[in-house]
Amino acid sequence: MHEVRIHGRGGQGAVLALKLLTKALVLEGKWAVGIPSFGFERRGAPVAAFLRFDDHEIRMMTNIYDPDYVLCIDPSVADVVDILAGVQEGGTLVQATKSRPESLELPERIATVGVCDAVGIALEVFGKSITNTVMLGAFARTTGLVSLESLEAGLQDPTMFRDAAVEQNIAAVRRGYAETTVQQRQGGVQQ
Amino acid sequence: MITAKTIVCDGNEAAAWGAVLSRPDMVAVYPITPQSSLAEYLSQFIADGILDAELLDVEGEHSVLSVLHGAALAGARTYTATCGQGLAFMFEPYFRTPPLRLPIVTSLVTRDGITPQCVWGGQQDAMTVKDVGWVHMYCETVQEVLDTLIMAYRIAEHRQVMLPVNVNHDGNYLSYGVCRMELPGQAEVDAFLGPKDINWHVALDPDRPMAVDPLTGGAGGPGPALFVSYRKGLCDGMQHALRVIEEVHDEWALRFGRRWAPLVEEYKLDDADFAIVTIGSMTGAAKDAVDQARARGERVGLIKVKTFRPFPIEAMVRAVSKVEALGVVDRAVSFGWNSGPLHQEVLGALYYGRRPIPAISFIGGLAGADLTVGHFRRVIEQTAAARWTGPGQAPIWLNEND
Repeated sequence: MHEVRIHGRGGQGAVLALKLLTKALVLEGKWAVGIPSFGFERRGAPVAAFLRFDDHEIRMMTNIYDPDYVLCIDPSVADVVDILAGVQEGGTLVQATKSRPESLELPERIATVGVCDAVGIALEVFGKSITNTVMLGAFARTTGLVSLESLEAGLQDPTMFRDAAVEQNIAAVRRGYAETTVQQRQGGVQQ
Repeated sequence: MITAKTIVCDGNEAAAWGAVLSRPDMVAVYPITPQSSLAEYLSQFIADGILDAELLDVEGEHSVLSVLHGAALAGARTYTATCGQGLAFMFEPYFRTPPLRLPIVTSLVTRDGITPQCVWGGQQDAMTVKDVGWVHMYCETVQEVLDTLIMAYRIAEHRQVMLPVNVNHDGNYLSYGVCRMELPGQAEVDAFLGPKDINWHVALDPDRPMAVDPLTGGAGGPGPALFVSYRKGLCDGMQHALRVIEEVHDEWALRFGRRWAPLVEEYKLDDADFAIVTIGSMTGAAKDAVDQARARGERVGLIKVKTFRPFPIEAMVRAVSKVEALGVVDRAVSFGWNSGPLHQEVLGALYYGRRPIPAISFIGGLAGADLTVGHFRRVIEQTAAARWTGPGQAPIWLNEND
């Protein structure tokens, strides 16, 4: 079973990203369960969401405390939240940032890092910093756990997006995928 | 026409789809967290023409259910959803619904009580209204929410039942938990449900004039016997419901291929020395914890209650007869007994079954708190130990040190 924890801020679409990723994985024949954290998340306040997937049905409907993957769709939320809390040895971080992967200070247990300037891309695509779909592309590129095609298919949903928004979000996912830098690390040493 | 397909949705959307497929004539709603998105889905489905029903946006939950009383008495199939303080505000018509014998189906997106101020999940609301004559079924998964909602109409409208049904799903973890769900086709659901059968017994109908709910009772004349006949009739309807719930679940399994335990689920119980008892969405993590304990050599099983009202005494007696100790996990508090409401029901069943075994009360998952595999590992350890030490007098609060 794979466990993903998504971090972001209210207004960036972390919950929608959770639903889209769940949908894309189900389209690939997986069993997936997405649990948003609950509260009154105001615009800008830190939010988290949790996703499990596997080849068989998942029974537990609980939050995630020791994820294999952290998908952080905001460049600064890590300043106020310990986004790597509980991450497994050999874990993966997919981070929205302008920085190069080698400039991130990370614990040794993070084996793979993917970085993407999601805010820059979102500003060009949407005119505002809604980073969720850009970072789903970055997640697909970094982990290989879900295909770009499935994410795009998941976006074709009139209950989530109007037609124009579908086109924009497909562009966002593709640019996120194309413009992500992935780095493998071992024992904290950059490869 | 809706055709069968796989979709990805949360429990609130699943309930809304269940309502759509059951084709109610009238829906009345007032939004309240964590039910609000369910009301929004329903409104959208009606606006989009996916559901052809009259939607009433009334000024509060008291009116929601009062409006549906009128609709049901006029022969309409009806649906609503509420929880928490909304259910509290609905209580006056709520506790008139069963003796009126109106087959109204209502989702309770269960929420903890206030005070302290709280908008999160917990079963305190539903447990507080457990004894006024509504059928209560608690769902474990998003798929079960949809399936049970449709089945609820068959149960409510069965001529030997004629009672309102609450289909309960946990606020937060089920209401917002997103997963894969099989949406059945409309034609198959129509064939399963058959024609609606709402007001043959009591009606607001100019062609069948009758006094609905006349003054009845007192110490003289026909009053006492007539009043008793109404009360006994309601009790009979509840007892018939146990059989009907089983029959309807059997037929659902035959037609749709998904078999849910209708009353009480026994999981790995046959060779178990002891068992944990669960209700609602906590059960998934509890089953995973049971599997892990089994892998360590512990002979533990699980008993899940789906139908809480009417309480399935025989099924529960059969289940508890297989073990030597129980750990009962509640997502609500029984203030009167210093334990949980499900715990009290289990103690009642143990008396019926003449089995005075240790049964510990665990309380957890209040106000949105998580109940993880780790919590259930503790439940299993402490229940195993209770075989030798007996239960303590006080409940064990699972999230006390989280």
